[in-house]
Formats: sequence, C-alpha cells, structure tokens
Amino acid sequence: MIALAPLLFVLPALGALINFLAGRRANAWGHWLGVATVVASFVIGLLLFFETLGLAPEERTREVSLFDWIASGSLNVDFGLRLDPLSLTFVLLITGVGSLIHIYSVGYMSHDPGRRRFFAQLNLFVAAMLILVLGNNFVMLYLGWEGVGLASYLLIGFYQDRPSAATAAKKAFLMNRVGDVGLAVAIFLIWLELGTLQYTDVFARIGEVPGGTVLAITILLLLGACGKSGQFPLQSWLPDAMEGPTPVSALIHAATMVTAGVYLIARTSPIYNLTETGRLIVSLVGVVTLLIGAVIGCAYDDIKKVLAYSTVSQIGYMILAVGLGPAGYALGIFHLLTHGFFKAGLFLGAGSVMHAMNDDVNMRHFGGLGKHMKITFVTFGLGYLALIGFPFLSGYFSKDAIIEAAFAQEGWQGWVFGGAATLAAGLTAFYMTRLMIMTFFGKERWRELKGPDGKDYHPHESPATMTVPMIVLAFGSVLGGFLLYSIGLYEWLAPSVGELRELEGGVLPHALVPWLVVAFSLLGVVIAYLVVGRRPTPVERPSPVSVPVRAARRDLYANTINETLIERPGIWLTRALVFVDNRGVDGAVNGIAAGLGGGSGRLRRLQTGFVRSYALSMLGGSVLVVAALLAVRFA
Amino acid sequence: MSPMLIILLLVPVVGALLMYPLRHNVPAAKATAMATALLEFVLVVVIWVGYSPAAAASGTRFQYEFSVPWIPAFGTHLAFGIDGIALVLLALTAFLVPGLMLFAWAEKLPEGRTASGYFALLLATEATLVGVFTATDVFLFYVFFEAMLIPMYFLIGRFGGPNRQYASVKFFLYSLLGGLIMLASLIGLYVTSGNILGQGTFTWSELQSIAHQVPESTQIWLFLGFFIAFAIKAPLVPFHTWLPDAGAEAPIVAAVLLVGVLDKVGTYGFLRYTLPLFPEASRTMAPLVITLAVIGVLYGALLAVGQKDMSRFVAYTSIAHFGFIALGTFAFSSQAFAGAALYMVNHGLSTGMLFVMVGLLVARGGSRLISDYGGVAKLAPVLAGCLLLAGMSSLALPGTNSFVSEFLVLVGSFPNEPVATIIATVGIIFAALYILWFYQQTMQGPVRGQAVLNSLEPVGGPGAMIDPAVAARRGGGFPDLTKREIGALAPLIVVIVVLGFFPGPVLDVINPSVQATMTELGLPDPVPAGGIAR
Repeated sequence: MIALAPLLFVLPALGALINFLAGRRANAWGHWLGVATVVASFVIGLLLFFETLGLAPEERTREVSLFDWIASGSLNVDFGLRLDPLSLTFVLLITGVGSLIHIYSVGYMSHDPGRRRFFAQLNLFVAAMLILVLGNNFVMLYLGWEGVGLASYLLIGFYQDRPSAATAAKKAFLMNRVGDVGLAVAIFLIWLELGTLQYTDVFARIGEVPGGTVLAITILLLLGACGKSGQFPLQSWLPDAMEGPTPVSALIHAATMVTAGVYLIARTSPIYNLTETGRLIVSLVGVVTLLIGAVIGCAYDDIKKVLAYSTVSQIGYMILAVGLGPAGYALGIFHLLTHGFFKAGLFLGAGSVMHAMNDDVNMRHFGGLGKHMKITFVTFGLGYLALIGFPFLSGYFSKDAIIEAAFAQEGWQGWVFGGAATLAAGLTAFYMTRLMIMTFFGKERWRELKGPDGKDYHPHESPATMTVPMIVLAFGSVLGGFLLYSIGLYEWLAPSVGELRELEGGVLPHALVPWLVVAFSLLGVVIAYLVVGRRPTPVERPSPVSVPVRAARRDLYANTINETLIERPGIWLTRALVFVDNRGVDGAVNGIAAGLGGGSGRLRRLQTGFVRSYALSMLGGSVLVVAALLAVRFA
Repeated sequence: MSPMLIILLLVPVVGALLMYPLRHNVPAAKATAMATALLEFVLVVVIWVGYSPAAAASGTRFQYEFSVPWIPAFGTHLAFGIDGIALVLLALTAFLVPGLMLFAWAEKLPEGRTASGYFALLLATEATLVGVFTATDVFLFYVFFEAMLIPMYFLIGRFGGPNRQYASVKFFLYSLLGGLIMLASLIGLYVTSGNILGQGTFTWSELQSIAHQVPESTQIWLFLGFFIAFAIKAPLVPFHTWLPDAGAEAPIVAAVLLVGVLDKVGTYGFLRYTLPLFPEASRTMAPLVITLAVIGVLYGALLAVGQKDMSRFVAYTSIAHFGFIALGTFAFSSQAFAGAALYMVNHGLSTGMLFVMVGLLVARGGSRLISDYGGVAKLAPVLAGCLLLAGMSSLALPGTNSFVSEFLVLVGSFPNEPVATIIATVGIIFAALYILWFYQQTMQGPVRGQAVLNSLEPVGGPGAMIDPAVAARRGGGFPDLTKREIGALAPLIVVIVVLGFFPGPVLDVINPSVQATMTELGLPDPVPAGGIAR
C-alpha cells in the first residue's frame, strides 16, 4: 500500500494543474475537482495510517525513494518520502482539515468570479504542504517549505486588485524568505559536515558534528521556523496575511502552514536533543511570542486579526513546548493538532460571520449576532471554550500539558516559562471573551449602520457547505483533546520524536498547575465581562487611550521598527546606488569615452606633417622603449 | 573526425545567407529562417542523443571532434569539439532561437528595415554562438568571440529602441576593448607555450596539458587578460554598465539572445578557459572574483528595485544572477561548477521568459516604463500568470529550474567560501524583493498606469470611468495573451517546470565535464563522501 504514498501529493497537484490550465471551461466543476482530490488524499492518508498502525512501533518508519532529484559529485538528493508517525499525523491533519475547508470554500467563494483560481491555489498549497511533511530529506523539506510560501503568497494576494492584499502578500513572502535563508544555510552546514541530507543518515550521525556547529544548525533552523510560523522577530507578516479569503486564514494561517516551524523542530529533534542552549533559545522565542501575540490580541477590533494574533500566541506555546526537548516534542504536536481543530473552526466561524455581515470584520459593528446565526454561534462558542482551556475540552488537555511541562523546568526557566504561559492563558481568555461578547452578545449595533459596501446588514446563517465543516470541527474542538490523549498520541509519536519524558521536579507541584491555569483563565473571562460585557461598546474606536493599549494597537511597534531599520534605509540605499551607478560607474565609463574622443582630437593635431616633429616623437618613443627594456632587465 | 559540428555551424550561416535573395519575399524569408532554426534544433537533439556522458566520465575530454590546420604558421586549427557544458549551452541556444523567431514573426520593425535582415542577423548570431561554444582552438574561439559582436551590434543598432545608437556603440566598444585585452593575453599564451613546448600552439588541450608548468606570475598576467574580457562579457560589476543600455535598447528577441546566451560566453569562458589554462592564477585570484561576484549579487538586486524601465530592470536582475554564476565558478567544487554550468542554462530560460513577458507587455502598452502599467492581472490574467512564473523561476523557487542550479552553486560554494555564500544566500531575499516588487507594480492593485489606461481609452473616452469588462467585450482594451503567444511560451514553461523536478538528464551531461575541470585545476572536492565530520 505504500506505493500509494506519492498519490498523496500528486492528486492535489494534479487538481491544481487542471484548474490552472483548463481556464474558464472548468469554472463549472473546478471547485468540486479541488475538493475531490483533497478528500481522495485524505482517504489514502487514512489507509496508510491504519496500515502503519498495524506494524510494530520500530517498523513504523518507512521510506519511498521515487527518483534521484539533484546529483553532483558526492551530493545526492533523493526525491523521496518518509512515512512515519510524525509525517502521517500531519498528513491526516492537512488533508482532513483541508477537506473540510475545501468543502466550506465551495459555499464561501460561490459568488466570487475567481473561485476556480482559488481552488487551484488551495490545491497547490495542499500538495506543497504534503511534500513539506512527507519529504525524507532537507531539500524536499525546502521544496515544500517554499512551495507553501508561494501558495500562501498567491492566496493572501487573492483579491489582487486590493493594494493592501498585494502588499501583505509580498510582505509574507519576504519575511518568510528571511527565515528561508536560515534554513538554507543550515542545510549547507549539514551537508558540509555529514555529506548527506537524508534525514535517516543525518540523524544517525549528527553526534559526530562538533557542538558549536550543532548549535549553529539549531539556531539557523529556528530562524527558518520563525519565518514560517510567525514567531518573534518575524511575526508581523501573519496578521497582515488576513487579507486573504477567510478559508485561507483557517487552513494556511492557522491550522497547517504556520505550524510548519513546529514540525521542523520536532522533525529535527535528534539535532535539538544534542544542544541544551539551542533548545533554550527555542523556548525563549516561544515565550516571547506567546506573550506578544496575547497582548496584541487584546487590542484589535478586527475579528480576523484577533484570531491571527491568537494564532501567533498559540504557536508560541507549541514552540515553547518543542524547546523543552524530549519532555515537550509530543506536547507541541498535541497542541498543534487540537489547535488545528479549534482555530480552523474559529476562523470558519469568523468567515461565516463576515459572510453574514457584508464582509465586515470590525467587531464594533457586530453585536447580538448569536440569535441570528445559531449554528455559527454554537460552533464558534465551542471553539472559544476549547481555546481558552475550558476543562476537558481539547485546548485544556494540550495547553495544560505544555504549561505543566514549563513549570517542571528547574530554576528561573521554570518560573519564567511557566509564569509567562499562565499569564498568557489569562490574556487568551480575556481577548477571546471580548471577541465573543462583542460579536455574539449585547446590543445589535449593526442595526443603525451601513456595511462597507454601503448596504444594510442582514445577518443570516450560512449554507450547509459552510456549516457542516464548522460542526465537524466543533466536534473536534470538544472531543479532540480527550480522544488524542486517550488513544495514546504520545506513544504513537514516539518512533519519530522519542518517548515523552515523564515530568519530575520543577518549581511548582504538578497537581497545582491545572487549578492555577483555570483560575487565570477565569480571571481573564471575568475581567473581559466587566470591561466589555457590562458597558455598551462604542461603534467608534475610543481614543485617546492609555500607553499600553496604544502600543498594542500598533503591534507593539514591530512594523515601525521594521520600517525604520530596514525599509526606509533600504529605499535610500537603492536610490543612492542607482545614482552612483548612473553617475559614478557609468559616468566614469562615459568619461573615459569622452576623454578618449577629446584625446584623439588632440592627437590628430600632432599629425602636423613636419618631419622634424615625427623624428622627435620617434626619438622619444625609442628612449621610452630602451628605458623599459633596461628596467625589465634589471628588475 | 565527425562532421556534425561543422554542419551545425554551417546550417545557420547558410540560412542567414539565404535571407539575401529572399529579401523581397518576406513570408518566404521568415519560413526559411524558421526552418533553418528548427533544423538546427533537430541537429542539436541528434548530437545530444549521440553524446556519451559515460565516455566523458572515462576521460574523453571532447566529443564530435573535428580538426584541420588553419594557419600553419601560427599553429592554429579549425578545431571543434564539445564537452557536456558546451553541449547544454548549444542546446539552450538552439532551443531559444525558434521560439524567438515566433515572437519576432509579427514584430513591428523600425521604418525601412526588413524582416529578412532581422532574421538573417538572428541566424548569424546563432552561428557565432555555435562557433564560440564548439571551438577547441583558443585562437578560433577568439575569432568567434569577436565575431559575435557584429550581428548583435547590428541587431541593436538597426532594430533597437530610440536610444539604440548610443547603446550599440557602447556595447561594441566595451566588448571590443575586452576582446583586445584577451588578444594580447592570447599572444602571450602562444609565446609561453612556445617556450615550454618549443613550438607555440593554440590548441586547447595542448595548452591545458602544460598549464601547471607556466610560472604563476606569468599565469596571473595571462589570466587577467582573459578575465577582463569575460568579466565584461558576463558582465561582472563593475564592468556591467553596457548591459542595461544594450538590454533595454535591443529589440526583445535580441535582448533574450544577448542576456540569455551571449553573456553566458563570459561565464562559459571562465569555466572552459581561465580555470583549466591558468589553474594557479585562478586560485590566487579567486578571492577577488568572489568579492566582485558577491557584490554583484546584492548590487544588481538593489539596482533592479530602483529601475524605472522594465528592460533595464531585467538586465539588472541578470547582473545579480551572474554574481551567483561567478561565485560558483570560483568556489572550486564539483557541485558549485555543476551549479554554475546549469545556472547558465537556467538563467537563459528564466530571464529569456522574463524578457519575453516584458516584450509582450510593451507590445500592448507601447511603453517600457514600469509606472505606465498597473493592475494588468485584472485585464490579462494569463499574461500575469506567465510573468509570475517567469519571476518565480528568476527568484529560484524550488520546483522551477533555477532552484536546482542556485542550490548547487550555494551548497557547493559554502565549504570553500562560507562568508561569501552566506552573503549570496541573503541575496535570495533581494531576489524575492525585486520580483515581487515588479509584479506588484505592474500586475496587482487597481487598473492604472498611462499605458494601460490609454489602451482602454477608445471605449470610454478620455477621463471616463473605464469598465475593463466592457472594454474587453467591445474588442478594445488590454488584450490577454493570444493563442500564438501562448503556443510560443508553452515549451519554455514546460522546460522551466520539468527541469525543476527532473534536472537529471542535464546534470548527467554536465557532471563528467565538471569533474574533468576539477582535475585540470588539480583540486580535490572540499567535501569528501561522508562530509568533513568523518
């Protein structure tokens, strides 16, 4: 059955190809082709999953080599796949959530003239993402890595006549490429040291590499992960990526692509296992990011941006987890999966709200939508509870496990990691409750307003193609954590990322941690209720506001910093260089040409026709020649 | 002795000569030219099929060899032969020319110029390129190297844009200067070989066999002569300023030939001549060249973003790419060499396509200014898609041809030149920047720009709100690609994508010749099997 593995990515790739090439002829059926290829991939993924489940744990890593991709000298890059518990877990997430979001998109994009193009790009994304997780070497990873970057670029810029969408797409691609440089240099280093890029060989021999080089490799890989996963300091593209259609935000910028950084670190766990410093840096990046995301999430009024910063923050949790090493890889993947369910569900819910509200995203224009769209309200509400870690919903299991593991670190790390993660859990509860109240409860503020298209709002429930995926994901949000935990996700992942190390020691008793987290979350909910729920929400954004709120509204100045340090100097440098090239370099050339032209004019005047002047110049020349000869002889 | 290469050389010459009697019958001239170009392509395919990488790997330096004495007094020969690197460049040339003719088919030529002359010059350029890539006698190579200038000079000077006189003279003088310096070195090389062998020679393999016996100080002088000629041709910063002018003023098909293939003669010259003939000097001078290369990567990219003219924009992106090729060429590992050789082919394809897309845009809007276009994707989605694909290939996205070569160059350069490689790798951010910047300016956003609006104007009248859909229905507006244009682009698109996933056939041809170059340099690969950790 393993022979079917290539079809996993070939089918969506074919779907993309046909939808791109068939042109308008495919407008009638292209979207269903897109859905069919991803569903088919999901079925194949399930078959392979159950087949693997039937094997003994040590036989669950299998490779399929398709052909030699890049070969020169001692370098040989295989176009090959690696099927192991980690990659299969991702395959099921990508194709499973992917199928639901494809189905949802049929309804969501039904009025869009570019629907076929949309499905082509979405299929392209699925194919690239599958290559990313299935590849059996670092170059395959890189192929998928930049492939999803392209798909993300295309989809963020889907509404391409909107300048903001085009700019956001460009920004996403560029910031990703900054990370890609790190990934690329890591690949060069690994090849230099080990002469191979196949995972199996690299992981078997990474111990031969000097410690300093291993640390460098882990930091470079982390840079790649930061770019793709929107982690500090490369986080600011992800909120802008919300310019894309909402299903894209759900699939690419919440459930799958942005978690590729977590995948990368889990995948290369044998490398990270060797360097405690490297892991510490990973965790620190995760902690900083989860705080940044949670703080900024409190300040936005744009429903998608709040969810986007929530994603930044939740991926921060995952990065923190995988930075904890053998005690955390499986936890990071666990949270990644549950987050995939509930965050995709939340985004689809947000899309449903936008669908009902003339594509408006400003929560200040919403209010009281709960009774107009009950299915959206309930499914979104369940996703909300899962995200804030309501006991026994999926986020409770996965997030708590990470916070417990963080507190189980010794010394300052335990306090800082655990404390920050707990604080952010409280903030998460705050911003999500604020979002819920502003959107679904309270006064129906939209009644006195007009939509961005100048028409009245008529909120209504979305069609079945949209609500059914939302319901399925809501089930996942409720049950996913418990199911994954009880069927033994950790043992299943062990062949890929190692056994999950039992927690011991730490700065707080383990039994206390869940209570602490619930208490903080409750506090967040209560404060949100006091701030937003008991007072009418102004339709206009209040200003002036306090300094922290102002900072949060401006993304903690991340864009300002980028602009001042990189963008503006870059523009000046470019202008200066153009000037130098035209006037300096080319000017010198033209100057020489002019000089020669003038010089030859003057030389012409030397051709006087007088024999004596020729004789003089011959004498001069001879002297020069003799002098040169003598100089050479004696040198 | 195989006559294949002589035939390959003569076919385009004959085709070009036939243009003269056909000058009053334009359709016949075009058909003949196209038939010649296609025949040439078929010949290259035949040669490719007959080329044996296995023989090359077991030590046969050149295949399809042909040699007759030319000027016995100087020991020059009409000697031809190809290795894998020459073969892939021949294939690139022969592949591009028919497609370019298709684009030139309906091109509006400057007043008083005939299509037969245009096509004759294209074929003449092709012939000189064949000569330059197949010569195995250094003097013969020099002759073709200089001869290449002549048809290109006329292509730019007679068929080019408004500023063509300036551009063509500049191009000619620049190249001629480089050529003359190379001639001086060539004579020096001849004399040196006479001192060692007792009888001077221009034959490449004889010169190579004595290369290590030439004292390094002599090698450095000779190296510099060749290097400057090739650095101007490639071009490397700071010898580059002729390229933006020539690339911008040349008609698009000539620009593709110029930047896509002709410039490769410079980088090809590095690999074929400077490294094997001056091995010690190449090693000594490598830091200098690598510095220029890395400067080129960043400088070209930053300047590209600052350009106002689309053709100059593409020219500057090429300068950045040539930096990568030069880096790979002077990083001395078989991966970097193979990457550099493959890069030459891939750059010809991707930049060729980029130039063609610019040409198609200019043909519609009548302006070369970037600011005259905007939001074209809404009016001409297929054109925009093709432009984006060309751009993705140019920024070396994995899955396109260029990724394979850029990856090989960088991974192969890293062991010997880690700092330069890291800086060049940062260049991939700049590559993304200039491509996406260009795409956003011209294709994305609302429909805008004088050239686009003018083309829509007849429908709505000046200043009217123009609904593109209405414009398209009435037959006016900014047309998307025609069937013929798509047909001409299709082979290019297919090759760009297929070589991204299956570079094997090309690499198989390149690799043995690259190994030979490593041997001639007398250097081992920096990364042994199993890496340096073992």
